[in-house]
Amino acid sequence: MIRFDQVSKRYPGGHEALKQVSFELDNGEMAFLTGRSGAGKSTLLKLIMRMEKANGGQVLVNGKNLNRLPARQLPFFRRRIGVVFQDHQLLFDRTVFDNVALPLQIEGYGREEAARRVRAALDKVGLLRKEKLNPVVLSGGEQQRVGIARAVVNRPGILLADEPTGNLDPELAAEIMLLFEQFNQIGVSMLIASHDLSLITRLKHRILTLDEGVLISDTTHSAASTVAPTESQRP
Amino acid sequence: MSQAGKAHQNRPLPSHSTQSRLQQHADMALDSLRRLRQAPLSSLMTISVIGIALLLPTTLIIAMSGLARLSDSIADSSQISVYLNPDVSTEVAMNLRAELLMNEAIADITLITADQALAEFREYSGLGNVLDALDQNPLPAVLVAVPASTDPEQAAQLLQQLQNLPDVASAQLDLLWVQRLNSISTTVQRAVWALGLVLAMAVLFVVGNTIRLAIESRRAEILVVKLVGGTNSFVARPFLYTGFWYGLGGGLLSWLALMLLLAFLSGPIGQLMTLYDLPTGLQLPGLPVALLLVGGSALLGWLGALLSVLQHLVAIEPR
Repeated sequence: MIRFDQVSKRYPGGHEALKQVSFELDNGEMAFLTGRSGAGKSTLLKLIMRMEKANGGQVLVNGKNLNRLPARQLPFFRRRIGVVFQDHQLLFDRTVFDNVALPLQIEGYGREEAARRVRAALDKVGLLRKEKLNPVVLSGGEQQRVGIARAVVNRPGILLADEPTGNLDPELAAEIMLLFEQFNQIGVSMLIASHDLSLITRLKHRILTLDEGVLISDTTHSAASTVAPTESQRP
Repeated sequence: MSQAGKAHQNRPLPSHSTQSRLQQHADMALDSLRRLRQAPLSSLMTISVIGIALLLPTTLIIAMSGLARLSDSIADSSQISVYLNPDVSTEVAMNLRAELLMNEAIADITLITADQALAEFREYSGLGNVLDALDQNPLPAVLVAVPASTDPEQAAQLLQQLQNLPDVASAQLDLLWVQRLNSISTTVQRAVWALGLVLAMAVLFVVGNTIRLAIESRRAEILVVKLVGGTNSFVARPFLYTGFWYGLGGGLLSWLALMLLLAFLSGPIGQLMTLYDLPTGLQLPGLPVALLLVGGSALLGWLGALLSVLQHLVAIEPR
C-alpha cells in the first residue's frame, strides 16, 4: 500500500527533514507515526500525498512510484487517499453537508448518489443531524469529525491523519481514535501522525517513531521489538 | 502490494453521466452568479467599466457604417456634367446625346439646353434681374451623364473620354469630394478598429485583474479543493464562469447605453439628413449586432478570466 525506500527529504535552505527512511505499510494495516514536533512526521505524510517530493529514495503508494507521477495525474492519485488535518481545513462559506460533498463534487457524482454517500459518512461520524449547519458553529471535536467524514466520503483505500487529536481533550481524542479503528476494521489502511504517546500506546497498533528525520523505532504491539530502520524494510 | 493495488482499482467509479456533468456546470454557473450578487457594488463597477470600454468603439463603428452607407448612396448618384461649346446648336447637342446613349459606360444621359438652363437659373438663383440686363444667354447647353459604373477609376476614364469630344468645352466629375469622403472614412474606420482592439484588451485586463483578486480571496478554498483531488480545470471553472458573467453583463450594459445614445441623437441626426436632402435616416443596429456585442463581450470576459487563471491559479499548490 505504502512503501518508503531510503527516502530523504531536504528543504531548500538545507534543513534535512527525513534521512533515509524505509518502511512498508500493508493493505489494511493501521500504524501510528510519532516523534517530537519537527521530527519529520508532517513531511512524511506530505511525501505520501505528493505535496512534497523526495530528494532521495523512492515513495510507492498504491503501486505508483511518486517520483515518476506526472503532475496531471496528481489530482486523480489524491482522490484515492483520504486526509485528516489537525486544523481540519473546513470551508466556512458552506454547510457541513457541502463540505463533506466536496470530494464527490470533484469526482463528478450525480446529486442523489452524492447525497446518499454524504449522509452515510455523516452518519458514521455521528453528525447526520448537523448537516445543514455551518461548521463554524460546531465544537472542535465536531469539526474534526466533519473533516473525517470528508476524508472517507469517497471511500479511499488509505487514510492519513496529521495530529488529528492535537486540539482535543483526552476524551474526544479517544473517540476520534475509536472512529479511526472502525474504518480500519472495514479494510482502510491508516497512518496517523500523533505525538500523544499515552493515547497511542494504549491502542495496541504498530508505532513508527521518528527523531530528527530518522526512523528510530518500528514497533508492532505483538512482537514489541525495536529494530534499526535500515534493517526493517520488511517488518 | 501489487494485489492490493489491483483490488484498489476495482472500486466502483462514479457515473460521469452527461446529465450530472451538465448539472454540475449549471450549479457552478449559478454559484458564480450568486457570488457576484453578494458583492453588488464591486461587481457593478467591473461591469460598468467593461460596458463603457465597449460602448466607445461600438458607437464609432456604427457611426462609421452609417457614414459609409451615406457615401455609397452619394457615389451611386454621381454624375458628369458635360458643358458644350456655346456655339453648339440644340440639334447638334441632341445628336450628341443620342450618340452617347449608345456608349456602354453611360447609364443615362439628359440634355439641358441653354434655354432650359437659363430658365432654371432664373427660377432658383434669384438673379433674374441680372440676366435681364444681359443681351444674350451666357449659359451653355449641358449634357448630364450618369456613369454605368460607380467605380471612381472608370468614372474618371469616362470623364477623360467626354472631355476629348470636339464639341465639349469642359466636363466635370462631381466625384472628387466623394472620393475624399471615402478615403477619410477608410482612415477613420481603421483608427476605430485599432481603438476597438485596444479597448478589448483593456476589457481582458480588467476582467483578468478582477479574477486575480477573486482567486486570491478564495485561496484557502482552492488549496483544500486541490488537496482532495480537484484538477486545475475543476478549480478554474467557477472563475471562468465569473469572467463570463462579467463580460455578459458588460455587453448588455453597453448595448443598453448604445440604444439610449442613439435615441438621444436620432432627432438631430434626422434633421441633419433632411437639411442635406439625404434619404438615409438613422438606422438602428439590429439583433445580429446586439448578439455580436453581447456574445463578444462574454467571450472577452471568459478569455480574461482564462488568462488570469492560467497565470495565478496553477501557481497555488498545497505545501
